[in-house]
Amino acid sequence: MMVSRPRVGVSKRIQYIKFAHISPEEIRKMSGVKVITADTYDDDGFPIEMGLMDPHLGVIEPGLRCRTCGARVEDCPGHFGHIDLAMPVIHVGFIKDIKRLLQSTCRSCGRILLTEKQMEEEEELRFMLGSLGGDTTDFDHLMKRTAKDASVRTICPHCDAEQLKITLDKPTTFREEGHKLTPKEVRERLERIPDEDLMPMGLNHKVSRPEWMILTALPVPPVTVRPSITLESGERSEDDLTHKLVDVLRINQRLRENRDAGAPQLIVEDLWELLQYHITTYFDNQTSGIPPARHRSGRPLKTLVQRLKGKEGRFRSNLSGKRVNFSARTVISPDPVLSINEVGIPVKASRELTIPIRVTEFNIDAVKEVTSRGIAPEGPHGEYLPGVNYLIRADGRRIKITDRNAELVSEGIEIGQVIERQLVDGDIVLFNRQPSLHRMSMMAHKVRVMPHKTFRFNLCVCPPYNADFDGDEMNVHVLQSPEAIAEGRILMLVQENILSPRFGGPVIGGIHDNITGAFKLTHNNPLLNKADTSMILSKANVYDWPEPVIVDGKEMWYGKDIFSIALPDGLNLIYKSSICQQCDKCKEMNCDIDAYVKVKDGQLLAGTIDEKSVGAFKGKILDKVSRDYGADAGRIFLETSSKMALAAIMITGFSTSIDDEDIPEEAKIQILEQLRQAIEKVGGYVEAYREGTLEAMPGRSLEETLEVEAMRILGKARDGAGQIAGRYLGLENSAVIMAKSGARGSMLNLSQMAGCIGQQAVRGERISRGYHHRTLPHFHKYDLGADAKGFVTSSYKVGLNPTEYFFHSMGGREGLVDTAVRTSRSGYMQRRLINALEDLKVVNDGTVRNTANTIIQFKFGEDGIDPSRSVQGEAVDIDDTLLKVFGDKRFSNIAKELKAAGGE
Amino acid sequence: MARKDTVNALIRRGVSAKVSEALANANFKIGDLKKAPFELITQFISEEDAEELLKLIGAKKTHIDKDQLKASKKVTPKKESKKKVKEVKPRMDFKMPDKIPKMNEFEKSISAMAIKMGTPLPMALIQKVAAKINSLGMDKKELDIFMKEVVAIYKRRLIDSNESAGIVSAQSIGEPGTQMTMRTFHYAGVAEINVTLGLPRLIEVVDARRTPSTPMMTVHLKDNVKNDLDKVKRVASNIEKTQLIDVASVETDIENMQVIVKLDTKKLTEKNITVDEIKASLGKERKLKSDVQSEGKKMLVIKAPEVSFRKLQQIFEIVRDCKIKGIEGINRAVIRMSDDGYIIYTEGSNLAKMPELEEVDPSRTTTNSITEIYTVLGVEAGRNAVIKEAGDTLDEQGLTVDKRHIMLVADIMTNDGDVKAIGRHGISGRKSSVLARAAFEITSAHLLKAGLIGEVDALDGVAENIIVGQPVTVGTGAVNLIYSPKKRRNK
Repeated sequence: MMVSRPRVGVSKRIQYIKFAHISPEEIRKMSGVKVITADTYDDDGFPIEMGLMDPHLGVIEPGLRCRTCGARVEDCPGHFGHIDLAMPVIHVGFIKDIKRLLQSTCRSCGRILLTEKQMEEEEELRFMLGSLGGDTTDFDHLMKRTAKDASVRTICPHCDAEQLKITLDKPTTFREEGHKLTPKEVRERLERIPDEDLMPMGLNHKVSRPEWMILTALPVPPVTVRPSITLESGERSEDDLTHKLVDVLRINQRLRENRDAGAPQLIVEDLWELLQYHITTYFDNQTSGIPPARHRSGRPLKTLVQRLKGKEGRFRSNLSGKRVNFSARTVISPDPVLSINEVGIPVKASRELTIPIRVTEFNIDAVKEVTSRGIAPEGPHGEYLPGVNYLIRADGRRIKITDRNAELVSEGIEIGQVIERQLVDGDIVLFNRQPSLHRMSMMAHKVRVMPHKTFRFNLCVCPPYNADFDGDEMNVHVLQSPEAIAEGRILMLVQENILSPRFGGPVIGGIHDNITGAFKLTHNNPLLNKADTSMILSKANVYDWPEPVIVDGKEMWYGKDIFSIALPDGLNLIYKSSICQQCDKCKEMNCDIDAYVKVKDGQLLAGTIDEKSVGAFKGKILDKVSRDYGADAGRIFLETSSKMALAAIMITGFSTSIDDEDIPEEAKIQILEQLRQAIEKVGGYVEAYREGTLEAMPGRSLEETLEVEAMRILGKARDGAGQIAGRYLGLENSAVIMAKSGARGSMLNLSQMAGCIGQQAVRGERISRGYHHRTLPHFHKYDLGADAKGFVTSSYKVGLNPTEYFFHSMGGREGLVDTAVRTSRSGYMQRRLINALEDLKVVNDGTVRNTANTIIQFKFGEDGIDPSRSVQGEAVDIDDTLLKVFGDKRFSNIAKELKAAGGE
Repeated sequence: MARKDTVNALIRRGVSAKVSEALANANFKIGDLKKAPFELITQFISEEDAEELLKLIGAKKTHIDKDQLKASKKVTPKKESKKKVKEVKPRMDFKMPDKIPKMNEFEKSISAMAIKMGTPLPMALIQKVAAKINSLGMDKKELDIFMKEVVAIYKRRLIDSNESAGIVSAQSIGEPGTQMTMRTFHYAGVAEINVTLGLPRLIEVVDARRTPSTPMMTVHLKDNVKNDLDKVKRVASNIEKTQLIDVASVETDIENMQVIVKLDTKKLTEKNITVDEIKASLGKERKLKSDVQSEGKKMLVIKAPEVSFRKLQQIFEIVRDCKIKGIEGINRAVIRMSDDGYIIYTEGSNLAKMPELEEVDPSRTTTNSITEIYTVLGVEAGRNAVIKEAGDTLDEQGLTVDKRHIMLVADIMTNDGDVKAIGRHGISGRKSSVLARAAFEITSAHLLKAGLIGEVDALDGVAENIIVGQPVTVGTGAVNLIYSPKKRRNK
């Protein structure tokens, strides 16, 4: 029973859009009504005929029918009307073009002021430019040059008439040697220009005659373009465009009356100019040189150009960005138990968001069953079950399903209809966090319907979204068509985006506790008892136990063996972890701090797992697994290892507090002593500077030398203090574990908490501004010493004294300002970059081309390699390939030979 | 740019466009034409045209005297057949260094293997593979297996067709922009020279600014100079622009209507300048009409030609700013030791003048001004400069961005022969689609203009298709794949 149906999803494409100007005749021809009255509605609230709200112009009130096309609100697109202008008026948008035309054509015969020879040359150049693929800008330059050539000529080469100098009095008045040209005269001149002289002037006579740039009829946009709104008070409020058109009509009427009555020239001219003003502001209310037209309230009117341009204009706000249905937004929160591919959607949102399902002979029973359940079905234990919100019949009618009509509607469901089903676990949705700076800001997730009211996702996915949970909100978009769902699943799913196209490394990976946990599980290979091991394994849903070791007659397990479960078979890797101290000579397997990581055949033989292994941006194992073993394996590794890490951290618990920054009394004394010495040293330099014995550095003044020296000494002092503090902070310290493993914080943070905060800087220099010759009134004038210029000797833990606090907040403020400025500047840069590059694509022959089909690159990146598939930019990792091809047996040989050859 | 100016200038003087183009193509400038011998001009244009040209530009007809003719013939033996101006006007002796590495026999054989397997590999990869294999010693069979694998991996990692490479690249450069700093820093290793880094520098590079906010050069020296500090110092003082005020104090003597220059002998010896040199360079100042007289060894006196304070002040300013030595635009030169002898870093930049100093190694000397590199060395060099500057800026901030993305940006900036900015005055303003241009910036101007010339938007790009509401032309939107199901058997 194959019924021929229109193919869904195969839509017609607009082939091209052609731009042209409208002639006055055409304006009148397409007009639905000639508007003559400036009034809009009569006293009863009905639109006045031949007024600006004439029912021929379209309908905006529901229920009424359009007088032109007979359709209702939803179907009537609106129709243009027109105003016949009493006198012609210049269109401001073309003022420059009109000026150019006037200046470069003859005032009597209308020909372009070029000799035949010049014309020929111009045409040749124009032709050449076209054949060389010149763009609009290039033609513009040529046209401007031609115009310049023509306008310098004072005698017409065709009729020998003398040319007078034409100037433009901004915004819209032309003068010929001081004598004013009326728009009418201008129009007459433009009419005289023959078609064949228009091309060199940058006009295409087929689509635009120059005299059309002087308006004799003004199109009145449909009411749908300028709907009036009824305020709560019942008062009608008109659109800005309507207001402006009312002005135009009023003056137009008065002008006509005065002209017909034979009023003095002066009055007519004044009115003419007023009409010009109104029409100018009707087009662009920000024309320079004239005051913007204002609303009664004093707010400048938003007229045509203002509607289109800028960030809030039609183009950027409504055409390049569109509002969508089937989306949701709420606060996000973490859920380490979810898969990285999943997103937790609150029940409330799931009930609103739907996916259209076409009823077929295969699913009709299931569809009926789901529909009959109503709009908020629940399982026997109160669990979520999907319902159906709408049934769409074959004729396009939507039927809202309620608990009351559910049974009835479900019985009537037929094949070919569509139901809108609420979300179920496994549906594909897009998840997004602004600012969407890269494609990983919007990834596809699988739905998990969950109680409560936040979106939830795995913490490993925080880095690409740059999300944290301090109140961030994110958006969900439900994919509607099967194509979109397929694309989402194959291309946009989180696991497919583990490797970043920016640098060919992972952007998704462990953060914070995931890293700390992995560290605790593997550092120095701890032995775990059966209870702990089973806890870890069960958290990670692993049921194959590693080999136990017998200690004191009890079965025990090594941390590294447990971690190795997460590693895929056959994985071989050697690298140094984050805690590596960069010794001069690496002890490799015998590393004192267990920083040499060696994985052989999926077994962690040595080394600590930390940020360099599983962290986002840096995780080497993650990198290799997801590239060589596929996205699925990458996801499984990440999930298993992070769950095990979290379980491992739960065995002992992990916390940090201010006593992590405790250092013994002797250390404090040492730090104080070191700081005192440094400050004294700076004092010495200041003394030398005062006495003039300070030797200037080459190319620097004395003051600069002093500043540089002071910065250097104080910087060193801060580092020294940090080192002393660091000596007493070992790996048994939680804060140190986090800093060293790369989970959170740095040793600098710690040394600022425990030792000394150090020099505060504004614009990269010591703080120098404030009071007259001093930073704060607490110091002597001309004091150049350490503390008077913003050196903070205290640590965060000890606390800052008032002056230090003030300096510190000066430095902090600069940081804030910097961030604010940076976001806007880099945002604009990215917008420009995207705009310049958005059309480039790799075509089938491997070249990169733009829309004009110009080849930008013969091969993308000169080697055609996709950066997200590369190994940190390398096309093929040769060592790995050797290993893979020749296997373990020759691996040892090759490894030896490699070493001999100076390789890794 | 200069070419266009010349054409325009000639046309303005009434020379026909064709002749002007021909002359400009031959790298003539108006000034050259006035001086150029008649024979030289007629090489490019007909004699009639040349006669008319000379009349129009108001130059006398000059002929080459025999020696000159001989000399020029010697330099350009084939000038009749080849219209290359480089030969006519021999500039400096500058040989482009051939930096493209050649493949050796082994590498060639590996390359051949890959081609035989159906996929030619890029040279960089072949060289890396060759180096590795060479150190291992593989037999033929092993090599074959290995190469098969390498080719397979390479093919697997190729970019997909229809990939929206541009957007990915733009995002890859734009996204780390949010993580960059705003401040300027001291150049690595040279504390004296301040260089713009971070986000402002990156913006400067993509904007293709004519002059960077902090121009800087790295001047490498020839082998015979680079290790001799004294010689290097002399070169540095020849590079650094020295004005009279730097080596002397200049005063006005109102009573006698004269300007007195008191020379600082210590500085003079430091900079290796003689009094005669100063007099010579003062003599070169065109605006300075009065004579320079020396009074003793340490003083120079310049008398005003008439009693006028204005004139005196003028003279004072001319004398004060008189360039004695060095290269225009270079304000400071700093010498630094490196692994490869001494290197001179300069504040300010003038790449065109640098090779004129014979101690300078022009093949390695570089500047951070992209426009300068482009004008002096051409677009390809300009492209490389964009890649280098953008890459270095990102690297310095510790941000890893794949080189291919930067290359794409550089390639689109330099695609049609000059360096264009990313933005409304550059690439975005020249897009073929009206809607795309209107959606970016200056909306109304683009729309009005489009009507004037009857532009047609073919809806090929991304922005315009989004505007009209249809699928975009990149990625999955570029393919039109329809599944038409087979008829199910009736049962």
